[in-house]
Amino acid sequence: MSKLKYYIPVISFFALALLLWRGLYLDPKELPSMLIDKPMPSFALTTVAGSEVGNEDLPDQIFLLNVWGSYCLPCLIEHPTLMRLSEEGEIPVVGVNYRDRQHLAVEWLEDNGNPFTFSILDEDGRFGIDLGVYGAPETYLVDADGVIRFRHVSVLDESVWEEEFVPAIAALRGVSLSDE
Amino acid sequence: MNSKNRRWRSTSILQVLTPIFVLLLTVANAPGAIAQVDTFEFESPQQQQRFRKLSNEFRCPMCQNTNLTGSTGGVAEDLRREIHRMITEGQSDSEIEQFMFERYGDFIFYRPRLRAETVLLWFGPLAFLLIGGFVALGISRRAQRAGEENTELDDKQQARLKELLGSKL
Repeated sequence: MSKLKYYIPVISFFALALLLWRGLYLDPKELPSMLIDKPMPSFALTTVAGSEVGNEDLPDQIFLLNVWGSYCLPCLIEHPTLMRLSEEGEIPVVGVNYRDRQHLAVEWLEDNGNPFTFSILDEDGRFGIDLGVYGAPETYLVDADGVIRFRHVSVLDESVWEEEFVPAIAALRGVSLSDE
Repeated sequence: MNSKNRRWRSTSILQVLTPIFVLLLTVANAPGAIAQVDTFEFESPQQQQRFRKLSNEFRCPMCQNTNLTGSTGGVAEDLRREIHRMITEGQSDSEIEQFMFERYGDFIFYRPRLRAETVLLWFGPLAFLLIGGFVALGISRRAQRAGEENTELDDKQQARLKELLGSKL
């Protein structure tokens, strides 16, 4: 029993090493969202197209809320994925045009195609603050009751869609992937 | 051709390094000089002081290792504007802190709040200091006790010592 205390330094070394080892693989640039399992913040704004929009206009099914801007280069990388998802009817995508200018946003959608059901115009970034956005692109998964369930920071490409969003959506629908 | 090329390269390196060096010197000498310039108006010097204190203590979520005062990031600009709005609307510091916490979590604070999740952060170092202190105390006590013990050799041991040393000499 008294010999046990000689192992304490070794045990603490391995405990600390394990902790730091895990720390090596954490991305400090990825902040956890404070809004998980909280309802979408309320808003009454206009869309990029110019019509009035509020929480009641959100889809009453599971949808993606994608934060984008015409200045945002990574948004062009994820754009084909968003186009595919909305064209194939896999999931509705609502946009948040974050810290942009309306005419630039309209041009960008004309040039690259518009995957969004509508895009909420957030020129001054005020709605972004309520969402806890810190830079485009970010994508939120919102359930049919308008509750935020998941957030992905940075590019949403096909592999992120398959590996993170598909399981999260399956969990929300209450089906396991093997049933499909 | 070759030497000409090299000369060109050395000047270009100097040209690159000099401004960096000057910039480093400036930054090192004047930490307050890197603040972003906003043109906010306040009703009183106290409000302005609160604004400075708060934007110094909040961390920019986008640029990670700068406070809101020193960041050029878009979200930092927006958050400074929000702090200004809330101060002029008469909200208290703790209300503003709560606003930030609800949106950006503990990350936003350079001085994290004391909560169940941050207890280790606040008191961990103190705990380690105490553990270290007790261990050091234990070691020194034991050394002291060992020093007090009889260390003289008896006759038999003395004879053995002589035998050992004698064989070497």
